[in-house]
Amino acid sequence: MAAPSMFFLLATVAVAAALGMLIARNPVASALWLVLNLFCIAGLYLTLNASFIGVIQILVYAGAIMVLFLFVIMLLNLSALPELEDIEWSSIGGFVVGIVLLSQLLYVVALQFELGVDPVAAETAAEVGSAATLGEILFTRYALHLQVAGILLLAATVGAVLLAQRRFE
Amino acid sequence: MDVSPNWYLALSAVLFTIGTFGVLFRRNAIVVLMSVELMLNAVNLTLVTFSQSMGDPSGQMLVFFSIAVAAAEAAVGLAIVIAIFRSKVTVDITEITLFKH
Repeated sequence: MAAPSMFFLLATVAVAAALGMLIARNPVASALWLVLNLFCIAGLYLTLNASFIGVIQILVYAGAIMVLFLFVIMLLNLSALPELEDIEWSSIGGFVVGIVLLSQLLYVVALQFELGVDPVAAETAAEVGSAATLGEILFTRYALHLQVAGILLLAATVGAVLLAQRRFE
Repeated sequence: MDVSPNWYLALSAVLFTIGTFGVLFRRNAIVVLMSVELMLNAVNLTLVTFSQSMGDPSGQMLVFFSIAVAAAEAAVGLAIVIAIFRSKVTVDITEITLFKH
């Protein structure tokens, strides 16, 4: 846990970027706001001393998944379509669901429940979040999960190629 | 510990709610998928917060696999959007009403 100013700066920019993604007209602008948000969350991981996950977030999420989104947006060439009236603000039910959800979650956080475990020191947290510790348990205790994740990614790749394939009639 | 974990959890709740608004209100299918990714990131933030404050690396293992699953789901979801776009030339989810009775 680093200085509070770093957390509040990153948190403010993350929320602003999420709102920017929500209300942006152009889908490319939405994608770029989401990239900013992902970078802010990676910074938040680093303030928590979770260095491995922070770097993986930038490499995989901002660097691969968002690039995939931008490729698809550019491939579909949405600017050639008529401009859609994108946001339906008329459904009050959706607003109510969102506000109720937020209030429920913030109420649980405000309860300040006792975890039963004392927070560990920053040095221990840095060691827990390091690539060495996570790599060790990934290849020993979670080796089967790793293999299954590999098969999942293979299935997703084959599925994506099949679904997006041009039909040869 | 200058910033207690509760602040991280509150931020995660706010980001999750913004993602929910995106899924409920946006009509562009690609932006809906991006809002789902935002929700997944909010949950990952919660997992890393608890994992780091309790000193248990299993939470970050779950985040690792969550990122992998999110990548796979984004790829397949975008492939479906492309396939639908091929036949209907739209990404507006209100126009994809094939299953509507």
